[in-house]
Amino acid sequence: MIEARNLTKDYGDKRAVDDLSFTVRPGVVTGFLGPNGSGKSTTIRLILGLDAPGGGDATVNGKHYRDHPAPLHEVGALLEARSVHSGRSAYNHLLSLAQTHGIPRGRVDELIDFVGLHDVADKRVGQFSLGMGQRLGIASALLGDPSTLILDEPVNGLDPEGIHWIRNVLKSLAAEGRTVFVSSHLMSEMSLTADQLIVIGRGRLIADTSVDEFVRQASGKLVRVRSPRAAELSVLLAAPGVTIGETDEDGLLEVNGLSPAEIGDAASEHAIPIHELTPLQASLEEAFMTLTRDEIEFKPLVDVEKKDEVAA
Amino acid sequence: MSSAVAQTQIPRLPHTGRVTQRRVFMSEWTKLRSVRSTRWSLLAAVGFTIGIAALACAVVSHHWPHLSAGDRRDFHPLEPNLAGVQLAQLALGVLGVLVITAEYSTGMIRASMTAVPRRLPVLWAKAVVYGLVTLVLTIPSVLIAFVIGQSIFSGRHINVAFTDPHVARAVIGAALYLTVVGLFGLGLGAIVRNTAGGIATFAGLMFVLPPLMNVLPTSWNNAASPYLPLQAGEAIMSTTPGNHLAPWTGLGLLCGYTAIAFAIAAVLLVRRDT
Repeated sequence: MIEARNLTKDYGDKRAVDDLSFTVRPGVVTGFLGPNGSGKSTTIRLILGLDAPGGGDATVNGKHYRDHPAPLHEVGALLEARSVHSGRSAYNHLLSLAQTHGIPRGRVDELIDFVGLHDVADKRVGQFSLGMGQRLGIASALLGDPSTLILDEPVNGLDPEGIHWIRNVLKSLAAEGRTVFVSSHLMSEMSLTADQLIVIGRGRLIADTSVDEFVRQASGKLVRVRSPRAAELSVLLAAPGVTIGETDEDGLLEVNGLSPAEIGDAASEHAIPIHELTPLQASLEEAFMTLTRDEIEFKPLVDVEKKDEVAA
Repeated sequence: MSSAVAQTQIPRLPHTGRVTQRRVFMSEWTKLRSVRSTRWSLLAAVGFTIGIAALACAVVSHHWPHLSAGDRRDFHPLEPNLAGVQLAQLALGVLGVLVITAEYSTGMIRASMTAVPRRLPVLWAKAVVYGLVTLVLTIPSVLIAFVIGQSIFSGRHINVAFTDPHVARAVIGAALYLTVVGLFGLGLGAIVRNTAGGIATFAGLMFVLPPLMNVLPTSWNNAASPYLPLQAGEAIMSTTPGNHLAPWTGLGLLCGYTAIAFAIAAVLLVRRDT
């Protein structure tokens, strides 16, 4: 469980995190989404006590990170910025972290095997590829068998096989009842991994919702309707708050503001045949683009009323 | 390389333990011994301490018949014997800086501070581990240098014994001095957090400040110079009277400077963002 309350952080004149509040619950994968530079990494650093917040606070499992007597058993973190001495071997890197908590050497070997770095465990980390470095970071996050995981852009630099692997790891961690908080600037990645979403832009909260709900909200109520009597139907459906887009294709309409059921019922009452009635769903990516289009003027989407305006 | 990973079931860890200062010592020992810069710098320090001592003693011994009476009168057999300390201190000071600044330049500091979020145990552990390692290496080094140097001088019957006045204090003092210099570098590195800046600060305070003092009027220079880190610390190796502090007072003052550096570093470490 991670809780951020009114978290704020300034770097000089720039406000990196602005009055950010959210809760990350155990048992599901929570995606932390935002464009590059939106404050994701800063938020994670604040949660981990690496940076001190200018205002508000963040707790993990009910305590400030700094107050945990055995933090590696509470929280496993993968930071976006490289945090390994390039001259040290992967084994010694993990060992030095394990020793701070009295974690046995066997655990280090176990995790090196788990992330697939067995053959290069004694190589200097400076010679590692980005993907190998990422695997090492994941190993260090899992070292203490923590109940909460915070992973900043974990798929960065991984090959397709590695990406597939990390997705499954994240899901299985969440299925074990752990709190899994994963940041990304890639919506497509989140749509495959995350159940819940926390979306930020310019350090402010844009949405705190489920992935399905997020897409639904951002899509609005766009329905594709195909009918041989499209012109008639469009007159029939016309109402305030409803926009009907003509398409190049004959007999095809895009109706915004009515549900498929409402359109179907209206057509049925007037015996207008319907050949297609498809609710159009924006992809998570499109939803995200819509929401972060106005970088200046973010509208909180937590509030249901405003959703349609934003999507429109 | 190929790294086929099939596992997704995370192995569980049955035992859990908390962070203790003793455990952080172990961690810092692993860190120190597992990078190349440590090996090279320590090897250089040992090599300088012994090698330059042997070289200097051999050269003096060779020229001894040609020295003037005055030169012979001012000569003390420990002076060439401890000449290697001058270079060894540079290697150890620079390594001291690196022990902490390399964590910042590589980003390792974030991992270290995430594992030990109280932060200060890391600084104390670095100081204790590095201090012990230097001491354990420099004491035998200065003793070996002493034995070699004085056996060279024994051919000219100008050697001193370990039990002669001041000798034991100066020889063992050299090892203590080198250890404190290394820690002084570590303290400065922890304040500056940047390798180039840390080395510049260390070298500036130790080696640039003394010649700069020459711009002062001679009386001021003479009054202030003994209190500079280098001169104060080197008093422990003094065998002849001169413009320097009493041996233990001088080394104590260098320890004081080092303590001040660590106090500032500790306050900054807790306060600053990492």
